[in-house]
Amino acid sequence: MGPTVAAEIYLNVAVSGLLTGLVYGLMALGLSVIFGVVRVVNFAHGEMMTIAMYLAIVLFTSLGLDPLLMVVPIAGVLFALGYVLQAGIINPFISRPEHSQFMLLVAIALIIVNVLLIVFGPDARNVQTSYSFDSFLIGTLIVDATKVYAGVATLLVAAALFAFFRFAPLGKAIRACADNYTGALVVGLDVKRLYALTFGIGAACVGAAGSMLVLLFDVTPALGPALTLLAFIIVITGGLGSMPGALLGGVLIGLTEALAGLMFTPSAKSMFSFGLLVLVLLFRPQGILGNRLT
Amino acid sequence: MMRWLVEGVPRRSLALLLVLLVALIAAPWLANDYLLTVLITILYFAYTGQAWNVMMGFAGQLSLGHALYVGLGAYATAALYVHFGIGPWLGLPVAIAVAVVCGAIIGFLAFRFGVAGVYFAILTIAFAEFARIGFDHFTWVGGSSGFFLPVANYTRNDLWNLRGSPAMFYYVMLVLTAAAFVLCHALLKSRVGFYWQAIREDEAAARSLGINTFRYKMYAVVISAGMTAVAGVFFAFYYNNLFPEQVFHISRSIELILGPIIGGIGTLFGPIIGAFLLTGLSEFMQELLHALGFDVPGAKQVFYGICLLVVVMVLPDGVWPWLSRKLGLARRQP
Repeated sequence: MGPTVAAEIYLNVAVSGLLTGLVYGLMALGLSVIFGVVRVVNFAHGEMMTIAMYLAIVLFTSLGLDPLLMVVPIAGVLFALGYVLQAGIINPFISRPEHSQFMLLVAIALIIVNVLLIVFGPDARNVQTSYSFDSFLIGTLIVDATKVYAGVATLLVAAALFAFFRFAPLGKAIRACADNYTGALVVGLDVKRLYALTFGIGAACVGAAGSMLVLLFDVTPALGPALTLLAFIIVITGGLGSMPGALLGGVLIGLTEALAGLMFTPSAKSMFSFGLLVLVLLFRPQGILGNRLT
Repeated sequence: MMRWLVEGVPRRSLALLLVLLVALIAAPWLANDYLLTVLITILYFAYTGQAWNVMMGFAGQLSLGHALYVGLGAYATAALYVHFGIGPWLGLPVAIAVAVVCGAIIGFLAFRFGVAGVYFAILTIAFAEFARIGFDHFTWVGGSSGFFLPVANYTRNDLWNLRGSPAMFYYVMLVLTAAAFVLCHALLKSRVGFYWQAIREDEAAARSLGINTFRYKMYAVVISAGMTAVAGVFFAFYYNNLFPEQVFHISRSIELILGPIIGGIGTLFGPIIGAFLLTGLSEFMQELLHALGFDVPGAKQVFYGICLLVVVMVLPDGVWPWLSRKLGLARRQP
């Protein structure tokens, strides 16, 4: 055992953390899109993620459908859920104070967690695919196949989203709402509907990320709040409202947690991400890639 | 002093307060053990809600990490009691001091660096979570396997060491809640209270009028943290066991602030009404579902969540502003 072996272990863990971090980043991207446009902090984000994860598990165990192939359909279901949630419940709250919005989403989160608990019970569940134990060997680097597939899928989804907001007329209209609410109303945009669409898109990111994440770790109904916190840490580190920032934040947090788990103890790893969050909030409160706070 | 306190308070409000106080003092003679435990929970949440309200309701600083101060207060006194045999009343100033220092650090960092709104709220969560994981690895106070206070069968109430019957704990909590109510009323009537409300409504305007907003926001955090730590001392000696996963958990922070938000943020009665409604609702759900034979884990929380949802949708300002209008207690709007 020489120093090179240790370096190899670190490199393996780092790559694994980076790929997992990409999927985290996709989840956080959803939160960032919602906040950037609707200006509502989705306190039920992680709980929506657990819905997607259970959906993937049900589809896999009852119909044998591979979660990676179900990324798009599950994203679709979550899009519908997000749309209905925003159009039906959250829209009247967009002009209310933060604590009021917070209460609303906490109530929604509470309902989601406990409905899942009633339906699926408290036990941890996961998915075992035929490629669960496959890995790629690149030189001395051993990379989990599942994580590579998930990482690639994340990049594809993110690229599609960037293209949508950059080029599609609907994406441009949504960005107009985010930039200038009154201006968007004046030029005749249906802001309420665009908000619902945005929340749907944010939820779809969560759906896509959830169906991939189910391959990487177990899900329980109680996982929701932890995922919500994780998404917060990531978007604030990367920059709330910035899309590349969310992905960057995800990768950073994934790396930090993986390396901290290796160097210290796995149970203390989230302490390091919270530490990172505190540092970012203090020295660059708008996040690494965020715009200046007003 | 007394006259200053009651000055300008509608007579009907004073009468209502008196009736409430007498009812609460008489409660242990009328209630059975179960009901008494529920009342202790209600008072506990009324107290912590009042403490949180100083920061959010008065000064407009949203904290989502108040479990941090409860936990610090609880662990500080419990550690002094277990390791050095120092009783809770001597430990109390230490608990308050620890929470105040911690609150001051968070406040200083946040307000100096201009962290506000949602960002401030998430910073407070971060500190509470940081403490939760930290205490999980802090073996001097038991780490993640928990910290326990010695329990024996007590034949008589020992107020000095806070060991005794539920009725004793009930009265301790009642005194704390009443004291917090009076303190908050006094704060609201003082110069600081008016500065806080100015900051809450429009910080830039407050600053332009020459209010040192940094200093007064610090006061709010520090007072709120200190008051919350006292609840932590009670928590430690009432439950006799402390687990970081429970004490510092984010759901504890949320549970603590639901009362004042439902009851009415920034009002004195809000936290009390909210605590009664939420704890009452929660216990009622439990009994109802049990009676219906629908005892599935999670069912209670689902209904609880639906009720919260309905209340925030129908009464955005909380129950008390609406109720006080109905009772004719609200001051007429100019």
